[in-house]
Amino acid sequence: MIAFILRRLAQSLLALFVMSALVFVGVYAIGNPVDILINPQADQAEIARVTASLGLDKPVWVQYWHFLTAALSGDLGKSFASSIPAVQLILQRMPATVELAVVATIIAVVFGLPLGLWAGLKPDSFAAKSIMAGSILGFSLPTFWVGLMLIMIFSVWLGWLPSTGRGATVEVLGLHLSFLTWDGLKHLLMPATNLALFKLSLLIRLTRAGTREAMVQDYVRFARAKGVPERRVVSVHVLKNILIPIVTVVGLEFGSLIAFAIITESVFAWPGMGKLLIDSINVLDRPVIVAYLMIIVFLFIIINLAVDILYTALDPRVRVSGARA
Amino acid sequence: MSVAVLKTASSPLREFAASYARSHVAVVALILLLLILAVAICAPLISPQNPYDLAQLDIMDSKLAPGSKSGTGWTFLLGSDDQGRDMLSAIFYGLRISLGVGVFSTVIALAIGVAAGLVAAYGGGWTDAIIMRVVDLQLSFPAILIALILLAILGQGVDKIVVALITVQWAYYARTVRGAALVEKRKEYVDAAVCLGYSPVRIVLRHIMPNVLPPLIVVATVQVAHAIALEATLSFLGLGMPITSPSLGLLISNGFTHLLSGKYWISFFPGIALLLTIVAINLVGDQLRDVLNPRLK
Repeated sequence: MIAFILRRLAQSLLALFVMSALVFVGVYAIGNPVDILINPQADQAEIARVTASLGLDKPVWVQYWHFLTAALSGDLGKSFASSIPAVQLILQRMPATVELAVVATIIAVVFGLPLGLWAGLKPDSFAAKSIMAGSILGFSLPTFWVGLMLIMIFSVWLGWLPSTGRGATVEVLGLHLSFLTWDGLKHLLMPATNLALFKLSLLIRLTRAGTREAMVQDYVRFARAKGVPERRVVSVHVLKNILIPIVTVVGLEFGSLIAFAIITESVFAWPGMGKLLIDSINVLDRPVIVAYLMIIVFLFIIINLAVDILYTALDPRVRVSGARA
Repeated sequence: MSVAVLKTASSPLREFAASYARSHVAVVALILLLLILAVAICAPLISPQNPYDLAQLDIMDSKLAPGSKSGTGWTFLLGSDDQGRDMLSAIFYGLRISLGVGVFSTVIALAIGVAAGLVAAYGGGWTDAIIMRVVDLQLSFPAILIALILLAILGQGVDKIVVALITVQWAYYARTVRGAALVEKRKEYVDAAVCLGYSPVRIVLRHIMPNVLPPLIVVATVQVAHAIALEATLSFLGLGMPITSPSLGLLISNGFTHLLSGKYWISFFPGIALLLTIVAINLVGDQLRDVLNPRLK
């Protein structure tokens, strides 16, 4: 088990290194930010001064070396546009994104699991068919368009919910949170639902498929033959077996929720780090793009690691094959 | 398809069609999908106007509600956008671009993925390790993020978005093909082929590939829908298609600014077209998978 964790850790570090190099080299190729940052009428001396102050006159590999050594101490450069350290800029925005993702996950699990179980247990009932039709819809609808339609219905036509921003926040342990105020909750509801919809459909389908496959397995038949009550068969035997892929997906999808939040945040002008990324791409604010990507890559690697470890704890079969591989 | 073929020697195609038609929804979806394809292919012939011929546009007709008459007397069935462009025509042309990009990138990604997966499975050793590490690395990040990174680096353009869509898709096929090919490799017919002295290339292409490809093509059908949705999303974020090739996503994005002032149709109808396309593809793909899945029989 420890060997497995150590090996996964080494893989994670390698992945982080590879991704950092790819991101840095890639972003370096976008364009020259000096052209955007300074006045077009500036003279050569001014251009040279800005270029030198940003470290852009050095060769790529020197810049990468500086970047890497600085990154290890948590310094990913200053934003070209606002002169605030990029990491600080992103960390300021992170709580908003995480709050959105957490609320979306809660919505998806609370509705997804029971609906999926129901659809799997009674696949021919009308309710199950409606659930599945709904999930296909939720799966197919592009997130950004659903967001637009939510705004159209609830903000423009009905005027119930605000369409942009975060609303009033409460400071808890230094974090600004929206869900504790009525105004914040109203701002949160639409973006969180929007973000949750895709995961909700995914969870429904996953739970249903797992349930349907589990119900015809021998261990279910055996449990029934043994006289185990149906409720226990479902809640212990079936649920335990379908929970493994579900835990994986919920865990893995949390990272992707943060990535998908880029879209939701852009639609609802939610001041999270996804919106910051899009804004930064539009003005070629290189340090912020690199810092965002590094932070999210780091986040993903941590999440993948955690899910892998959780997986081995949940399913002994993985432990055996994982130890050998 | 091999499953259906094996089950009945008499008329496999009819059996297949019959079990597909058991779901009426799937039949409707198939008809809808064929209709959408026809519209996309024939867009220049059936559109009321060429939405990108500036000579046909009149700024006086801008932002008309659905059903309004234009200055010259013909009706904008789905309204017009801020340039006075007929939305119906814009949607027909947009479908063409969205579907074209989606199908093209999926086919190329499928080809690359199948090649990489087969090489990994049959090559084994280092080749396998390297290819699969790359696949693992890529699949641990969501498609939207990979595409965003690529487009942030490459910039805008049809070619760039196609590259991004191929990049996010190939790894998935490679992993699936490798898994299936490893299973096939252990079967007796492959041993038999080896004993007959066939070359590895022949064994992979003529024996293993035909057995791993059919289920993958079903997956690819559904992937086309994902590619279309991803392209629309990227275009919406302003990182996808250039303004000269307005896909459905770009049309929706264009309407976003007018949405808050109540002019819903500029975003709404392209969205419906996008939705119908994606739902139709997903339903057809789902039914194909159910029909072909031996575990559900």
